[in-house]
Amino acid sequence: MKDGVNGVALGVFVFLFLAVTVLGFLAARWRKAENEHSLDEWGLGGRSFGTWITWFLLGGDLYTAYTFVAVPAAIYAAGAAGFFAVPYTILVYPLIFTFLPRLWSVSHRHGYVTTSDFVRGRFGSKGLSLAVALTGILATMPYIALQLVGIQAVLDVMGIGGSADSNWFMKDLPLLIAFGVLAAYTYSSGLRAPALIAFVKDALIYIVIAVAIIYIPIKLGGFEDIFASANEKFTKAGAGALVSPPAAHWTYATLALGSALALFMYPHSITATLSSKSRDVIRRNTTILPLYSLMLGLLALLGFMAIKSGVSVTNPQLAIPQLFENMFPSWFAGVAFAAIGIGALVPAAIMSIAAANLFTRNIYKDFIKPDATPEQETKVSKLVSLLVKVGALVFVLTMDKTVAINFQLLGGIWILQTFPALVGGLFTRWFHRWALLAGWAVGMVYGTVAAYNVASPTNAAQKHFGGSNAEIPGIGEMGYIGLTAFVLNVAVTVVLTFALKALKAPEGVDETEPSDYTADAGDPGVAVELPPATAGASH
Amino acid sequence: MSEVPEVRPPVVTPVRVIIAVCLIAPFVAMLWVGSYARTDPTLIGIPFFYWYQMLWVLISSALTMTAYKLWQRDQRARRGGTE
Repeated sequence: MKDGVNGVALGVFVFLFLAVTVLGFLAARWRKAENEHSLDEWGLGGRSFGTWITWFLLGGDLYTAYTFVAVPAAIYAAGAAGFFAVPYTILVYPLIFTFLPRLWSVSHRHGYVTTSDFVRGRFGSKGLSLAVALTGILATMPYIALQLVGIQAVLDVMGIGGSADSNWFMKDLPLLIAFGVLAAYTYSSGLRAPALIAFVKDALIYIVIAVAIIYIPIKLGGFEDIFASANEKFTKAGAGALVSPPAAHWTYATLALGSALALFMYPHSITATLSSKSRDVIRRNTTILPLYSLMLGLLALLGFMAIKSGVSVTNPQLAIPQLFENMFPSWFAGVAFAAIGIGALVPAAIMSIAAANLFTRNIYKDFIKPDATPEQETKVSKLVSLLVKVGALVFVLTMDKTVAINFQLLGGIWILQTFPALVGGLFTRWFHRWALLAGWAVGMVYGTVAAYNVASPTNAAQKHFGGSNAEIPGIGEMGYIGLTAFVLNVAVTVVLTFALKALKAPEGVDETEPSDYTADAGDPGVAVELPPATAGASH
Repeated sequence: MSEVPEVRPPVVTPVRVIIAVCLIAPFVAMLWVGSYARTDPTLIGIPFFYWYQMLWVLISSALTMTAYKLWQRDQRARRGGTE
């Protein structure tokens, strides 16, 4: 790592960061509605976003700074195994094409803001809805923490904060500032802030990747040389491979499938989806969102370029920022760092809003203050969004980074366990609410215990949470723990549903009806959020 | 609820089968890792393993697009038929 502060890069970084901050505060006035004190406005941007805004918002939301740092980092460290992110993001879209429009419709008919709202309405069970809400909050917190880790990595390479300073206050000051800014505009502008900033973030990211993927290979002598030197490194180290070896096929496939199933269980993905203005916006987005997957694939290749260019870091998370610093002129390195930094702010804002909505709707309103007015709901949500971020910050500053990564890994396993209740519930009312709750509990416990028992393959000192793969019972191959837990979860749910139905256990009241799942904007009972003139013209 | 038995179009139609195939194909292709875990043929120096999966981003995107268009047409036909 170069010593000292890279002045030009830092200047560009600070400039772009400030520009985005102004944008974040201005967002409060963007497409403003009359009833600005409702949770629909603050937490879902008035449910008014069209195809392009939704595209940017979802893209900014799902492809986080952490993704941009972690995916190439995994390639840098292990080769082929890290590339599972590409099939993972390919499989996501056919999935959401199938189930998300139904969730959109039923949420619009009944005013649901979170997935737990739907689960409560569908199964008439506050317990199940609480389980889904808690899982969502638990899984989101470490995810926010990782976004801050992403910012830290960039600051570290630029030579400010992080390991460059020994004084604890100076060390964390830049992160604290970035964090304070984020918290302030999320509080004042709600979901509109990340939606607007996502435009800048994506523009920057696309520019950086387009340049990186053309410029760096030319400077390094072409892909042939890049892959040759990567192969050499993996062979010499005896770890990692250029192509997935047969023994790792199960791991690769289960990771891709399990992660794809889990992605749209995360509260922040759902928040971004529900903010769109019609069913069609979602379906149309599944056809254009894969552009991001392509970008992710190209980005992953940067991991190999880092090897070829001789980047040598003990923490693979620093590989890509370091590659940028080494290869790019200072000013463009600044642009690249800003892209990663801003790339962390967008998802962190959406995640904290999503977690806050879950708390407000499914814990505060359901259990503490059932008669809360929309104004009170919004107020609580705003405050909780702050608390959630402070929590994430404390997490990052007080604990070892590996703790955040471990929890994120667990979060993925946990959130997948809400799939049967949510997606199952969207298509059938056959599952029994208590069976779903039991299945969820079994999946959570199995997943946590299995992950706890994984020792790190590279670090002998780390005996727990060393990875997300374990032997699949009965098959004997290594596979993603989350998916195994999910299969167990479904099995328990099905068996217990038969049992509970035989015992005639009370089913709970379903407040939805079949036509709710196919309703579209403009249908009776689906509020049209656009100004009447525009909405009328489209019919 | 009307007394007259409604003439409902069948649930499974050739168009819907095509839609299902479009949506399922990426799963078969991507989860069958053995079919693409090799180095050759390379494309501008990039091993098959990598460029093949990136190619599938485009293929699956085209398939989802097809499914979307077919679904739209299916829904329009149904709405036109019942009204």
